[in-house]
Amino acid sequence: MTFEDAYRLSPELILGFFAILIVLLDLGVRRKGWLAALTLVGLGASAAWTAVLTAGGWQGTALGDTLAVDNFSLFFKFLFLGAAALVVLASTGYSIRFARFQGEYYALVLTSAAGMMLMASGRELITLYISLELTSLSLYALAGFLKDPRSNEASLKYLLLGAISSAVLLYGMALLLGLTGETHLDAIANALGRMPGANYPVLFLGIIFIVTGFGFKIAAVPFQMWVPDVYEGSPTPVTAYLSVASKAAGFAITLRVFTLALGGPREAADWSLIFAILAVASMTLGNILAIPQANIKRMLGYSSIAQAGYLMVGLATLSDLGRSGIIFFLASYAFTNLGAFIAVIAISHRIDSDLISDYAGMAHRSPLLAGALTFCLISLVGIPPTAGFIAKVYLFNAAVQQGLAWLVIIAVVNSVISAYYYLGVVKAMFMGTPLSLERVTAVRPALAALAVATVGVLVVGILPEPLISIAQAVGRSLIP
Amino acid sequence: MTGAQFLFYALGLATVMGGLGVVLSRNVVHSALALLLSLIAVAGIYVLLYAEFLALVQVLIYGGAIVILLLFVLMLTRSGESPLVLDNPQKPVALVVSLLFMAIAIVSFFLTRWKLAQAPRGVDFSVLGGSLFQDWVLPFEVASLVLLVALMGAIIIARESPQ
Repeated sequence: MTFEDAYRLSPELILGFFAILIVLLDLGVRRKGWLAALTLVGLGASAAWTAVLTAGGWQGTALGDTLAVDNFSLFFKFLFLGAAALVVLASTGYSIRFARFQGEYYALVLTSAAGMMLMASGRELITLYISLELTSLSLYALAGFLKDPRSNEASLKYLLLGAISSAVLLYGMALLLGLTGETHLDAIANALGRMPGANYPVLFLGIIFIVTGFGFKIAAVPFQMWVPDVYEGSPTPVTAYLSVASKAAGFAITLRVFTLALGGPREAADWSLIFAILAVASMTLGNILAIPQANIKRMLGYSSIAQAGYLMVGLATLSDLGRSGIIFFLASYAFTNLGAFIAVIAISHRIDSDLISDYAGMAHRSPLLAGALTFCLISLVGIPPTAGFIAKVYLFNAAVQQGLAWLVIIAVVNSVISAYYYLGVVKAMFMGTPLSLERVTAVRPALAALAVATVGVLVVGILPEPLISIAQAVGRSLIP
Repeated sequence: MTGAQFLFYALGLATVMGGLGVVLSRNVVHSALALLLSLIAVAGIYVLLYAEFLALVQVLIYGGAIVILLLFVLMLTRSGESPLVLDNPQKPVALVVSLLFMAIAIVSFFLTRWKLAQAPRGVDFSVLGGSLFQDWVLPFEVASLVLLVALMGAIIIARESPQ
């Protein structure tokens, strides 16, 4: 490991260092608020270093070509760090429920962020797999932090189904290794270019297995069985983290592996069709099953399945525009969904219920939280002037340009269906009669996080050009 | 059939039998012992592949530490005394799907011209170590972080409930 290698790996090293530091300090520190502050310092330091790498022209590969520092990985590092920071801010106030395990909570948020950053940066299958495991194991533990029966069930279900999906993924990677003798993504692409046609069935089997493994991470139908229960049982900040960062990491690793290693014309035609089918299934099933949900966390879980469906429309396009559409969509989805979840965390923590019926009349009890939640739900539907609107227009336009109009029609119909259940919550909050007149407020850090998220939704919705040009640069950097 | 091929098939059979034993056995202790058989047979396959180091590690860590630990846990928690049936009504469906998958996999594996290793031979331990700490240092070090996380996660999941 040379100096340059360490320099390029530093964003992740910093997170690992702070994770261990927090666990050790947890033994002595009485006021656990300091641990949250220290976590934010760690995330900030990592982001600062990522900024140095971005601005200082440190793009390149490191550590025996296992790690890529390019615009793609740098963008996702900022995304994961930002999401983790908002989740940590939103956890203050909520985290008293974790009793004496608050240090471990923050440490696991940091290690999972490090894992996601490596998932977006890896250029080699073994590295990618172990990064995915680092992320997943941290999240399995985080899902069980509440220690009530539901949270235990969430953790166990996530662990068991995650282990199966990761075994399937590993099988797929092993088939790729067997066919090509390589684990580096670009070397795999080279070897597949020279592969005899008779080997295609096994390659196809490998592609299906890898889609299964990654599909579990991004919660695509039919690999979504874990989503409702895990989203409902996990501590709400962890649910927010799962729905935004973990999903984005799944898309990052999918984009990297499929465009780099499996980008040959024959493979690409097949997996883009697979993703188109999964997109239709995820959008439709996610939206239809979201309608009858009475619990807002379950509803947002099904909604995140549907959003994964929209995102997979971008995977099916196989174009630069589609890839940058996914990047743009992920960024605006991060702002939107984090905003919605932070409002839900604040409200549900205070009224001690996740039922949509208990949100009745929330606009009178807390105009600020209800307003922010409404704005984010509008963005999830995709109504202007929000980030969600621009993201859908951008992504669907990319699909139409590649001749996928049928897919876009299904997506638009689904967006209309989704308006029903998203706006159902809004209706309850504004038209319903409040159960009590007690004011609902949130702690200051959570309000700050909510402000960042909603302002992000608004700014991207009104002035999308800067983010669009970033997304285009990021999308282009994926293919060297 | 050469001697190596015969050994390979014998070891493969032992691995599969062990795996079936883990799943089908009604007694958890029997499952753990079947797991041992499976893991040791895999170590034998590593020997056939000239991966002596991996075989040693497999025997020491999987065959030794992990199975022994598993047996200790079963004994100390006395869960081995109660025979468990963890099946559900999906069993016949699962059987059909598994057999179907097996058929597809076997057919496509036979159609494939696999990339064969040229003149297989063992790798010197020092070369292996050097490669592990130079070319593969990133996954190797991330694995240590994974272990730390797994340790913390296990403690958190296993802790007693506050109620």
